Amino acid sequence: MPSIISVKNLSKTYASGFTALKTINLDIERGEIFALLGPNGAGKTTLIGIICGILNASTGTVTVDGHDIIRDYRAARSMIGLVPQELTTDAFESVWDTVSFSRGLFGKPKNPAHIEKVLKALSLWDKKDNKIRTLSGGMKRRVLIAKALSHEPKVLFLDEPTAGVDVELRKDMWQVVRDLRASGVTIILTTHYIEEAEDMADRVGVISKGEIILVEQKAELMRKLGKKQLVLHLQKPLTQIPSDIFGLANLTLGDGGKELTFTYDTQSDRTGVTRLLTDLNRLDIRLRDLETRQSSLEEIFIGLVSENERANAGAQS
Amino acid sequence: MNGRAILAIYRFEMARTLRTIWQSIVSPVISTSLYFVVFGAAIGSRITEIEGIAYGAFIVPGLIMLTLLTQSTMNASFGIYFPRFTGTIYELLSAPVSSFEIACGYVGAAATKSVILGLIILATSWLFVPLQIMHPFWMVAFLVLTAVTFSLLGFIIGIWADGFEQLQIIPLLIITPLTFLGGTFYSTHVLPPLWQKIALFNPVVYLISGFRWSFFEIADVSPAISLGMTLVFLVVCLVTVWWIFRTGYRLKK
Repeated sequence: MPSIISVKNLSKTYASGFTALKTINLDIERGEIFALLGPNGAGKTTLIGIICGILNASTGTVTVDGHDIIRDYRAARSMIGLVPQELTTDAFESVWDTVSFSRGLFGKPKNPAHIEKVLKALSLWDKKDNKIRTLSGGMKRRVLIAKALSHEPKVLFLDEPTAGVDVELRKDMWQVVRDLRASGVTIILTTHYIEEAEDMADRVGVISKGEIILVEQKAELMRKLGKKQLVLHLQKPLTQIPSDIFGLANLTLGDGGKELTFTYDTQSDRTGVTRLLTDLNRLDIRLRDLETRQSSLEEIFIGLVSENERANAGAQS
Repeated sequence: MNGRAILAIYRFEMARTLRTIWQSIVSPVISTSLYFVVFGAAIGSRITEIEGIAYGAFIVPGLIMLTLLTQSTMNASFGIYFPRFTGTIYELLSAPVSSFEIACGYVGAAATKSVILGLIILATSWLFVPLQIMHPFWMVAFLVLTAVTFSLLGFIIGIWADGFEQLQIIPLLIITPLTFLGGTFYSTHVLPPLWQKIALFNPVVYLISGFRWSFFEIADVSPAISLGMTLVFLVVCLVTVWWIFRTGYRLKK
């Protein structure tokens, strides 16, 4: 089955001369959840903006379900719902009015039952008559999602939808996303949270400095990125790591010998954490505290990007 | 044609007008009534008739035009500037609507509000002065054409403006002076010959003259020329709006 979104040789250079996107080629499969990841300023929002019609491309083409976004913009845009990164809402309209306005803007006839269903799914029903300016940030985010869903899109773009929102909204929102996916909607999301990409995405694309450097199935990506660290704060500093301790190769000593860090693979059946703690007990190394750390997605991808850049530089020299 | 989108924008803008009814309707009506009191009753009683028309009645078309021009411009410019300011313009740009449909929604609402205001002021003026409308059809035609033309101009200003100050500059520093100098309170025939010629470069002269002709059959320039100039201005604004959306000027980076 052909991809629902096809991006060919897309580039974007602003009038200032800054190149935000360099020759992007990307296909989004029908019905998948695609996570577009990358550091700030990588070009995620620019790419989404061009596909949705907010920005003009410098070169290249984009089709949505076979419809060119320029020549056949009505058909292309009517399939898309967009939740922008910024909390850009009206202020003085009621929730019901602004969501109904969005549906009208997309040329759909009135359907109060659908609006009600969307508002209830996003826990906005009891706020439907409230003015938007009286809502909290999290509630405004829900309103943006409701607006994007008001015209029953086939493709939904979620640009950092969970930035600065509480746990409850995240749970609600991801449940809505799961339901949409089950109904056949294709979802493209950007996020900084590895847990969200891990939970939700079928495939992951990594963008950096305007280039797509990686598009991979989630399972494969998690195998690469699923490293975690157990940090043990010791009561007495060590001068060196005991040679007969489990996992010697994955242990490092820091903070003047007071911090022992164990790096392990979360995807493997046995992480070795229990074995390490047993050995510490055997060696009478007592703990003051312990914590686990997982590199943020951004950190991981900056690493990937640096690796990519080094590889490129090596290839050129 | 996405008629539902036009209707959605139109209703959205009209709802904004109703929410701010004191600022949108009541305030201009009070201001215009004050003009009647000051220029029509207090000063006008000392002025003789102008071309056979009592001064109080003579200024009515000019005052309606004054309100029509400023309100059309300000309402349409604010209507499109506010989504740009708040960022909600993203929704318009990503919706399956053409530039023509977006302009129809905003300009239609701004022009509707201005025409309503013009008619309210006309009704109010009957409380102060006796009035006659010799050509009701042309009166409505000039009213509607001018409201649409200046709403288009306001729409262009709203897209061009990069701040609230710029939003106000053209209405306050250009349109209002041109309206005052365009024969709102006088006939250009009373000006010295040189200034009569200079006044012909003021487009508002043609609007007020044509509108006044529809009331009293007196005009500074031929009504046909007034109508022609109004249509020329309308076409210039339409072409500019078309160019803005075609190029994405100030809308799309």
